[in-house]
Amino acid sequence: MNKVFASSREAVADVFDGATILFGGWGLAGNPTNLIRALFEKGVKDIVAISNNPGTIHNGIPYDLATLIREKRVRKFIGSYHGWNQDFIEQWRTGEIEFECSPQGTMAERIRAAGAGIGGFYTTTGADTDLAAGKERKIINGVEHVLELPLPADFAFVKAKRGDPWGNLIYRYTAQNFNSIMAMAGKVTIAEVEELVELGSLDVNHIHTPGIYVQRIVKGEEYERRV
Amino acid sequence: MSAGSRLTEDQIAQRAAMEIRDGEVVNVGAGMPFLVSQYVPPGIFAMFHIEHGILGVGKVAGGEQIDPDLLGLGRRPLIPVPGASCFSSAEAFAMLRGGHVDLSVLGAYQVSEEGDLANWIVPGQPSGVGGAMDIVKNVKRLFITMTHTTKKGEPKIVKRCSLPLTGARVVHKIFTDIAVIEVTPKGLVLEEVAPGFTPEEVQAATEPRLIISPELKEISLQS
Repeated sequence: MNKVFASSREAVADVFDGATILFGGWGLAGNPTNLIRALFEKGVKDIVAISNNPGTIHNGIPYDLATLIREKRVRKFIGSYHGWNQDFIEQWRTGEIEFECSPQGTMAERIRAAGAGIGGFYTTTGADTDLAAGKERKIINGVEHVLELPLPADFAFVKAKRGDPWGNLIYRYTAQNFNSIMAMAGKVTIAEVEELVELGSLDVNHIHTPGIYVQRIVKGEEYERRV
Repeated sequence: MSAGSRLTEDQIAQRAAMEIRDGEVVNVGAGMPFLVSQYVPPGIFAMFHIEHGILGVGKVAGGEQIDPDLLGLGRRPLIPVPGASCFSSAEAFAMLRGGHVDLSVLGAYQVSEEGDLANWIVPGQPSGVGGAMDIVKNVKRLFITMTHTTKKGEPKIVKRCSLPLTGARVVHKIFTDIAVIEVTPKGLVLEEVAPGFTPEEVQAATEPRLIISPELKEISLQS
């Protein structure tokens, strides 16, 4: 059994055109930057991307998922917020990219449900809004709820601070965000870590993502300081 | 033109922060609402929550304090307060949906006289709901901080929202650059006006009829 990959390139080698991929990260924090770069260089296209926001564009420079969107590699985006990514907005206007908007908390729970074997759940979130259109409704304790379905994916790309060869992961501060729940929901979860440490050296009491959810782990090649 | 002086974004945030009660957990949204976390009145202990997974937002970090893994809204690096915790997005929203958060401060495109909120979509833009719909339903109190009118001068406090709703009857209080307005079962009550503004001037910039509070006063940032 070996989950450790020598490079991000090798870790994403079998990601195919049209794959549905969960991308961890929220704004500039906790993005799997090396895996995204490897995916970009591999030329994968027609991606269905699930992420809170479509990457970030700052001072005209695309970061993370925004690099793939600028090159029109994403066919559909499922997320909560456009993040004022002008490439995304323009492609949405021309119909080049499909957008499924999910309220952020609902989206997090849909991803968690996919990883936890939950077939769906009812929530009041958005039940009295336009985002309830087409969703099954149910009155529970006198309050209107909508049925929300799981969001599984072929791959999950996550980023952690520290990991071991079995895929146990520890995140830092707000860089955890969606990463720990996405790790649960990928058929193949690929984790990139800043530090890959020996088996047994992580504190057993402080592991955020147990390695059971992680199929591949790689030490990220490069981390730039962004703020 | 009014002889009054409008509040800056920081002053609106500072005024809203004066309403925070000791011990409250306060969620803040992007933009002006985030600034509320930077103006907690002396003697008040509040834990600030942001939807991406932090409870215990402190001051914005600078220089050597900056940690790229600890970001707030608008790419601002943060310092956690003693007692802070970080967690997943699912946990962050469990706190909100589960009714554990006392107060949330958000921005708005429109607020109606019944407290309906529209803040997630405008024509011609893809929707940007973020966490707003998850938040508005289950916090105990919801404040809005915003400019009183649009850049074109149109009222943002309206009889009925023309934009799609984020939530119906969810707003409790509105803090703008010219007024503090409470949403009550009887209607919108004008409680405070910016220095030099008259209630008539605030009414002229507001679509529904305002009830003038018998205790109407000027906005003061002295707590």
